[in-house]
Amino acid sequence: MSTDPLDGVEEGPAWWDHEAGPVVRPYMVTGGRVRPVTVDFDLITYLVATATLAADTPSPEHQAILALTQEPRAVAEVASRVDLPLGVVRVLLCDLLSDGLIARYDPPPTDHLPNVETLQAVIHGLRAL
Amino acid sequence: MDSVRSETAPVPQALKILVAGGFGAGKTTLVGAVSEIAPLRTEEVLTTAGVGTDDTTGVATKTTTTVAMDFGRITINPSLVLYLFGTPGQNRFWFLWDELATGALGAVVLADTRRLADSFAAIDYFEQRNTPFVIAVNCFDNDQRYTAEQVREALDVDGHVPVLLTDARDRMSVKNVLITLVEHVLTMVRSSVPA
Repeated sequence: MSTDPLDGVEEGPAWWDHEAGPVVRPYMVTGGRVRPVTVDFDLITYLVATATLAADTPSPEHQAILALTQEPRAVAEVASRVDLPLGVVRVLLCDLLSDGLIARYDPPPTDHLPNVETLQAVIHGLRAL
Repeated sequence: MDSVRSETAPVPQALKILVAGGFGAGKTTLVGAVSEIAPLRTEEVLTTAGVGTDDTTGVATKTTTTVAMDFGRITINPSLVLYLFGTPGQNRFWFLWDELATGALGAVVLADTRRLADSFAAIDYFEQRNTPFVIAVNCFDNDQRYTAEQVREALDVDGHVPVLLTDARDRMSVKNVLITLVEHVLTMVRSSVPA
């Protein structure tokens, strides 16, 4: 598929400007997959790359995530910085996870509030801002 | 779970606080006032097929909507990071709230006295979920037309829920809102644990 899709198209003002949205729909990046294959990722799950850029990493988007997570970053931050919808990013993260290229660090269990020590640390930290 | 504990990479514990309120109440402004980074935006593409309706007509009713959430970050210390998420303003995206609210430390309901009714949905939601929350009345341009007590009465919230006046643009004022919220959570945690 090396045919230039614009071959034969008359010169003129581009219709595929920013307002028109991405020419490639977001879920093309994931090969049409809309749900993570195995696990879900909380918005504040931290991700850390366990490898530097792998030569056989599937796509530029996977590469971008690996580059970003060379230092620990939350899922929401990764999604925002690679400028892809969360659902897309979650699918890509699943790929990286199953290839052993990233590690995930989940927030504490969701069914109870943080302990007293943690809350006091937060109050102390906010006061010091 | 595939969680791994690494000995080398220091990964902080992350906590999240939600900032809810009607459209234009100043949620992103509030986040920006205390965040150490310019508020970031993350988006979700939703296919809202038959949401809230009996969907018998199939694909024709499917629409794709992009819902944006703005968020900011406060590093409390090297092992503790606080994320502030502005919830999508439109009420029809409740299901996104569920994901946001899961595991949240608490919430700030940002109320606009010109449109108090806009806060009802958020208040009901957090009450039902037992998510600790405070009500921050955003006073635009020092326009304090109502006292905190008048707002409490108008919103009919429980006496233990803190209600305070704030200026969403002012760092110290927003800091105070967040401290009030976490102190409120602390009180709840303490009262639920047998001494």
